[in-house]
Amino acid sequence: MGKAPKKRSMADKVRKTKTSTEIKNNPFEVKINRKKFDILGRKSKHDVGLPGVSRSKAINKRKETLLKEYKQKNKSSKFIDRRFGEYDTKMAPEDKILKRFAMERQRNHDKKDVYNLNEEEELTHYGQSLAEMEKFNDLVNSDDESEEKGLLSAELTASHFGGGGLLRKKSLGEQQEGEGSHRAKSRQELIEELIQKSKLEKRERQVQKEEAQELTEKLDQEWKSIQALMVKKTPKGERVEEEKPKLEQYDMMVRELGFEMKAQPSEKLKTPEELAREEREKLQKLEADRLRRMMGDEVGESSQSQIHMSADDLNDGFILDTDDKKTLSYQDGKWNIGEESEEDKGEDEEEGQSGEEEESEAEEEDEDGDEEEEEEEEEEQEGSSEEEDGHSDLESEQESEDEEEKQDEKASAKPSLSKEEIKAQQEAAKAELPYTFTAPENYSDLKDLLHGHTPDNQRLIVARTQKSNHASLAVGNKLKLQKLFVFLLEYIGELATRSPPELTTIDNSRNETLELYTLCQMFPEAACKAMQSILGDAGHSMEEVLEVKGHVAFPALDMLIYLKVTALLFPTSDFRHPVTTPALLYISQALTKCPVRSLQDLTSGLALCCLAVEYVSFSKRFLPELINFLAGTLHLAVQDKTALGYTVVLPFRPSGKCSDLLVLSDSESCQSWSKKSLPLSATQRLELKNELGRDHHRLMCLSTCLDLVKRCCLLYKDLTSFACIFQPIRSLLSKHLSAQTLPELLQELHSEILETISSAPVTHSRLVLERKKPIPLKLLTPKIVEVLDYGKKRGSTREEREKERLQHKYKKEFKGALREIRKDTRFLAREKLNEVMNRDSERKRKVRELFGSLATQEGEWKALKRRKRK
Amino acid sequence: MAPAKKRNVSSAKTTEQSVKTAKIDLNTKVESILESRKNANDVFDILEILQSAKEKDVVNAVNACSKLFCTLLEKKELFLGKLPGEEEALSGGYSAEEKYRMFMRHRYNSCVEMLLEHLSHELHGVKESALCCLMKFAAGEGQHPLEDLDWSEHYSFPRELIQAVVKRLLSKTTDNSLMISRFQEFLEMEDVRYYVMSSIRENVGKVMDKNKGALDPIYQNNVFTLMSNISVPSQESELTNFMVKQEAKHDDWKVAKLNEHKRVFERMWLGFLKYKLPSNMYKKILVILHDCILPHMSKPTLMIDFLTAAYEVGGAISLLALNGLFVLIHQHNLDYPDFYKKLYNLLEPSVFHVKYRARFFHLANLFLSSSHLPVYLVAAFAKRLARLALTAPPTALVIVLPFIYNLIRRHPSCRVLIHKPSTEDEPLEDPYLMDEEDPAKCRALESSLWEIKTLQKHYHPDVAKAAMSINTPLSEKEDDISEVLEITTYELMERDLKQSQTKSVPLEFETATQLLKGGANVLGQHFCLD
Repeated sequence: MGKAPKKRSMADKVRKTKTSTEIKNNPFEVKINRKKFDILGRKSKHDVGLPGVSRSKAINKRKETLLKEYKQKNKSSKFIDRRFGEYDTKMAPEDKILKRFAMERQRNHDKKDVYNLNEEEELTHYGQSLAEMEKFNDLVNSDDESEEKGLLSAELTASHFGGGGLLRKKSLGEQQEGEGSHRAKSRQELIEELIQKSKLEKRERQVQKEEAQELTEKLDQEWKSIQALMVKKTPKGERVEEEKPKLEQYDMMVRELGFEMKAQPSEKLKTPEELAREEREKLQKLEADRLRRMMGDEVGESSQSQIHMSADDLNDGFILDTDDKKTLSYQDGKWNIGEESEEDKGEDEEEGQSGEEEESEAEEEDEDGDEEEEEEEEEEQEGSSEEEDGHSDLESEQESEDEEEKQDEKASAKPSLSKEEIKAQQEAAKAELPYTFTAPENYSDLKDLLHGHTPDNQRLIVARTQKSNHASLAVGNKLKLQKLFVFLLEYIGELATRSPPELTTIDNSRNETLELYTLCQMFPEAACKAMQSILGDAGHSMEEVLEVKGHVAFPALDMLIYLKVTALLFPTSDFRHPVTTPALLYISQALTKCPVRSLQDLTSGLALCCLAVEYVSFSKRFLPELINFLAGTLHLAVQDKTALGYTVVLPFRPSGKCSDLLVLSDSESCQSWSKKSLPLSATQRLELKNELGRDHHRLMCLSTCLDLVKRCCLLYKDLTSFACIFQPIRSLLSKHLSAQTLPELLQELHSEILETISSAPVTHSRLVLERKKPIPLKLLTPKIVEVLDYGKKRGSTREEREKERLQHKYKKEFKGALREIRKDTRFLAREKLNEVMNRDSERKRKVRELFGSLATQEGEWKALKRRKRK
Repeated sequence: MAPAKKRNVSSAKTTEQSVKTAKIDLNTKVESILESRKNANDVFDILEILQSAKEKDVVNAVNACSKLFCTLLEKKELFLGKLPGEEEALSGGYSAEEKYRMFMRHRYNSCVEMLLEHLSHELHGVKESALCCLMKFAAGEGQHPLEDLDWSEHYSFPRELIQAVVKRLLSKTTDNSLMISRFQEFLEMEDVRYYVMSSIRENVGKVMDKNKGALDPIYQNNVFTLMSNISVPSQESELTNFMVKQEAKHDDWKVAKLNEHKRVFERMWLGFLKYKLPSNMYKKILVILHDCILPHMSKPTLMIDFLTAAYEVGGAISLLALNGLFVLIHQHNLDYPDFYKKLYNLLEPSVFHVKYRARFFHLANLFLSSSHLPVYLVAAFAKRLARLALTAPPTALVIVLPFIYNLIRRHPSCRVLIHKPSTEDEPLEDPYLMDEEDPAKCRALESSLWEIKTLQKHYHPDVAKAAMSINTPLSEKEDDISEVLEITTYELMERDLKQSQTKSVPLEFETATQLLKGGANVLGQHFCLD
């Protein structure tokens, strides 16, 4: 029963007597927490435990808190000892008593004289009496305290803080030596003495400092009076002046050199090959772009959008392109600057593009007269330079204002072309033209502007208008130039509709086409919109006429020109293009819906066919209407229209009043025929006086047609259904249109076509769907995730980890609390049991006592009785 | 009558002088005639003006006539029954009252004749007013018959008058379509329509027999215009609008029966169609046949001969005949041998270019929607359409390609046309025989649709995209071709024109220097700018 606590209490008693080291070394007290694995780098706090110690600690703690509470339970009043340090176990009882006594004394003292000043006591500040201080003799800043450094002597510290260690010991010894004499001085007095001494010293120092200050002030004043005298003399001044110019010169030199334009590390001078290569690379890139668009890939990033746009870009068409930069270059050992370099570059470019073109240009130049050529060259150069300026110079306005001067300059700058006469001539010719033009507000303005000028001048006018209204010069110019584009288009259309058409105006050397092109490059959106509206209107009107009449006339010459301009301005090879796709549709509609009723219609049709071939020549797209029309045209030339081995498609009919348009009236006219270009105006009006002329025209049409057929053959050679597509043409040419009736030139074409058609492969491999990527089966194997960092961090995010940690902590705390509560109850139960047992044993003892006394009483009584009896 | 004539001349003069007074004059004359019989001779004046050259005068005179004679008809002051000759009437022993009536009846007759002549007047205003007047007379006569009522067969209806009007309308020399459209308002009335139909039939029979079946485009055109304006109501209860109300025996009246209407309608059309027709007329008839003619016929099967003949003609006419045939096959159990073979042979390059393309493809889609068709037939259709697509314009291609795909979807065994993985990988020639007329023998199933592969290179992006879809397995869902059936080139164009410009417009990078210079310049090689 009461054994265990007794035992424990015994053990505790024993333990208490032992020191902590003894306990720790006692193997019976120590419990070692065995570890399963040794982990490097981990420090565990709990590898060794002292269960006995901790238990006794816990019990003691409970005794002091829980047990007290228990004892106090159900008691209405309780006793709280408020004496100082009553519950402080650490304080020694003697100290406690001392402290209590001191406090008692203090309390009494305080009550007595808190505010009572004694007469004899003098108030001081820094050891000086305040009464003295009130005289304010001394004006010293109190911030000189900092000089008190080094004052910490052993005595001072000892006196102030009572410390000092070894130092103090020494002094103690001294003190003890002179104990006899100085015995009267108490410690308090010593300290006061010390303080006074230090204060005195401080004061002395202050006074010294003040004196020094006064002295310096005095010196300053004296110096000032002297200084004025010293300035006048300036003995060094002359020497300085002597040196100054030299220095300046030198400085200037240095500065100049410093600020002088350093020779910029210019780009390496490019050899013509390099230039050509660069040009080629640029073209290759553009070409690749074009190909991509042709394949119909999403045109998300076209070359346009890839161009870097600066944040400062005004979007005004001002492009700082490689074309615009004047790069220094050598050509044949000479420097090329400005126009000349540009010219050369242009030539290079053209060389890079095709030699053919160059040739044609050369031819064209040859055609002109010598004088004209020179003039034109001059003009051309100027024009190009002007254009150059228009693109690259912001000063073009100025330039146009005093163009005359500049021209002179230019002339002097170009010694190779400084022919005075020519210049004079040229200037005389140009004197009539002003150099700035306001942009036309509407179409009639433009017409007025251009009216009455020679084609050359018209070109100049347009160029100058464009230049003097360059988008970078004023806000509204962008809009004006966009309008100018529309008006120019309109103007071209009108030129084409005039009778006779003035097409040469459009196509004079370096002409409106070029202007259109440059404007188009500046404002692609506006150009696109203008072109679209023209095409849309034309398509719409054609559709309307078709609905009403069922057929429609071939498009007029202006439409042909527009279509051609479209091909020049926009890429025709794109898979889908906002302008060229409708243009092609328009061509195809014209080729299917317009009946051929005269040679003139046929000429229009053939011109359209030419355009169609041009449109698809790069992309090699299939245009069924083109083949139909060409087959139909050939059909027109067949004499015997019975027993056809082919079918002709609308707009042609196998037989009818207009189905013999191309049949020669006289087979002899073949001999006198020679090939030359058809005039475009023949699509509008065809005046042929005699049968011979008509026959010649027929042969021209036929030759054009055959040439187009040949081109088509070459274009469509790779199509799988090539044989089917060209079957009608083949049977036409081989059976119905015999080569014997044709001139030699056409016979050649004839045989070439037949050869091409028959040489095409007729066999194809079967169609097979594209192989689809097999869809993978559903995977049922477990998904293995590689864990890279080991540890308890199970949660992935920070919040999760925090939550996890808190939960873990809570759990631990909860368990600990439970454990504590359980221990508490156990402790209480023990105490209660102890109480009961104590009470019981007391009672037993008392009962036994009683019994004992009773027994003795009884025994005494019996003894008495016995004795009585005895 | 001599004094009357004199007066006529003078009055003619006055009308020439002033039109306005003439009108008042006419009105007063009509009133005076109606007021008392003494002024009866004034009627000559009116008739005289009726023949004048001026349009306004004539119109006024017509109005006056209509007012005068309608009132007389109402008053029953015109002679009834068989009319004796004028001389006889004067000489014969009739009372004055009767004489007057006879006189007026004669004037009425001559007025009607003049009006009928006016129907072929060159001025439309005159024609129109004459027509209206005549129809008013007809209404009046119907209400107050000029014949004896014992003649019961035709009840009381001015048949002769209507016949005469119809005869004039169906002119052989002038195109009367305007008049006929004016006449249409009278055709709303059931009885008028009925009698007009029967008179047309008689008239056509007479005229064409006289012509011995030869073509007469103007006449036939007039007949067609008139006939195409006639439509019979679909239910008997709708027969309510009569010009002449028959009090007695109304229910027995033929005109009140829908079946009779239908029979007359049918006989009219058959009578017209049995003669030779110009080809554009053929087309016109075939266009309206299925929804304007066939539903109104009592026995639509009678049209079989006509339609079969049209179907045999070939070309556009055959295409149009399809529609009528479809109605007969679909609703009237017509069994047409080799129908699909003929349909197959209708597929010519021109199919894609004719006006009736949408209608044809709509019908072809219907015919080929049956899933019970043999595979060879469907394959033949698909292959032939694909072959023809090589000559088709883009508007047709956007129809044909989905059409072919739909065929293949409906008949999965046709998939070999686009997917035939063969063991031997050697290329072969197209075994398909284009010229073979029998779809069973054209070896389409052995072929592949290389044509669609070709069309992948078509210039129009929509077509090329559509053709691309044979590269991958076709989707399950059929393409709806009804949306694109009516598409025009301009609509195709608009797809590109109306696209919002989000992306920048690609530009040609080769600098254009001259109109006829640069890259692929085919135009410049054959044409010059002079």
